[in-house]
Amino acid sequence: MHNVVIIGSGCAGLTAAIYAARANLTPLVIDGHEPGGQLSLTTHVENFPGFPDGIMGPELMDKLRAQAERFGAELITKDVAEVDLTGDIKIVKDGYGDTFAARTVILAMGSGYRKLGLAGEDRLSGHGVSWCATCDGFFFRDKDIAVIGGGDSAVEEAIFLTRFARSVTIVHRREELRASKIMAARAFKNPKISFAWNSVVTKILGDKTLTGITLQDTVSGAERELPVSGLFIAIGHDPRSELVKGQVHLDADGYVIAEGSSTKTNLSGVFASGDLVDHTYRQAVTAAGTGCAAALDAERYLTALHHADHSTVAAEQAGLLTGTAS
Amino acid sequence: MGAVADVTDATFDEVVLKSDRPVVVDFWADWCGPCKQVSPIIEELANAHGDKVRFVKMDTNTNPVTPANNYVLGLPTIQVYVDGELVKAFKGAKSKSVLLGAIEEYL
Repeated sequence: MHNVVIIGSGCAGLTAAIYAARANLTPLVIDGHEPGGQLSLTTHVENFPGFPDGIMGPELMDKLRAQAERFGAELITKDVAEVDLTGDIKIVKDGYGDTFAARTVILAMGSGYRKLGLAGEDRLSGHGVSWCATCDGFFFRDKDIAVIGGGDSAVEEAIFLTRFARSVTIVHRREELRASKIMAARAFKNPKISFAWNSVVTKILGDKTLTGITLQDTVSGAERELPVSGLFIAIGHDPRSELVKGQVHLDADGYVIAEGSSTKTNLSGVFASGDLVDHTYRQAVTAAGTGCAAALDAERYLTALHHADHSTVAAEQAGLLTGTAS
Repeated sequence: MGAVADVTDATFDEVVLKSDRPVVVDFWADWCGPCKQVSPIIEELANAHGDKVRFVKMDTNTNPVTPANNYVLGLPTIQVYVDGELVKAFKGAKSKSVLLGAIEEYL
């Protein structure tokens, strides 16, 4: 029986692991198939406090992982396939028949990149359509590229891609960037970057590989073709709450609903943190912040559990644990 | 050396296309974060099923020809070849269950 099982290993999950480990709760972190979360896919992180010269995203995640392990967290690279969080004993199953039982579960599955939802998008993924500039930029040396989106991620990707590309067009549905001023200023003065304002992608073109996209002007309705061999999509993320749907209360957009300013969900002993709950901020440091809060909430819950009537708890556990491994 | 051998542009034909077993090719590069997430899974599958399926990896940084010929424009890409034919391809970080599912019919 685990005290704490943490699902997810991004900033939220690993910070929860550090705090839970330091509270001697020997947390088990189930990594998922993207260990390190979104930051492991980025390049320079310049806004994480304590790193005046910036730090590479993957390196920051390696440090968080090492810090969690140093205090006794156990990390395993598995995917959670199924959970039953409704009882006093939480059951977490991976895809290979292993079952983990826990008194508390911290949800930190984060969010996944959003798709445009156009025909050809999946078919040409890996053949010109991409969500990861650092992974795929190399293949577009001296090519023309489009980046879709107007936030920090889109602008950061566009700037990064100018290392390889002949040209980068930032396609944004509004007429000004949502990105931070410092990022926007860098994009504006980069000679390889141009902008398609008030524009949305309506078609993805290409057979074996991407050859272009069709853009529609949101003001005039006019369509035009933009020949590009690379399309990098950075239009945001959606919470990965599918796993707990039907058990944990979600809002209309799929975010886990937390109670007040805590990380408590509608289920006792189940806490949620990071981008899974965060509509608004979605920063590495805010994810770390709620990861910390989730670990503290879990610790308090376990303390209260410990002080509860032991005989009742023991009887319940004996009954509930029948047929489960730990 | 692990259970996953390196394949290059020069050896791809011999090692992959002329293999008598199905071959899983892991296209990777050192700058690719998700590649580092997928490689240990490939290694694990190779250790468990290397007798039935051959597992190889190609560094796309030093081997530009094979990826270009096979429309690989993103990493990580996992391709499965049977009798010299490309039969399956996966782009992006995939879970072990997805990758295991891809080779299950050959085990």
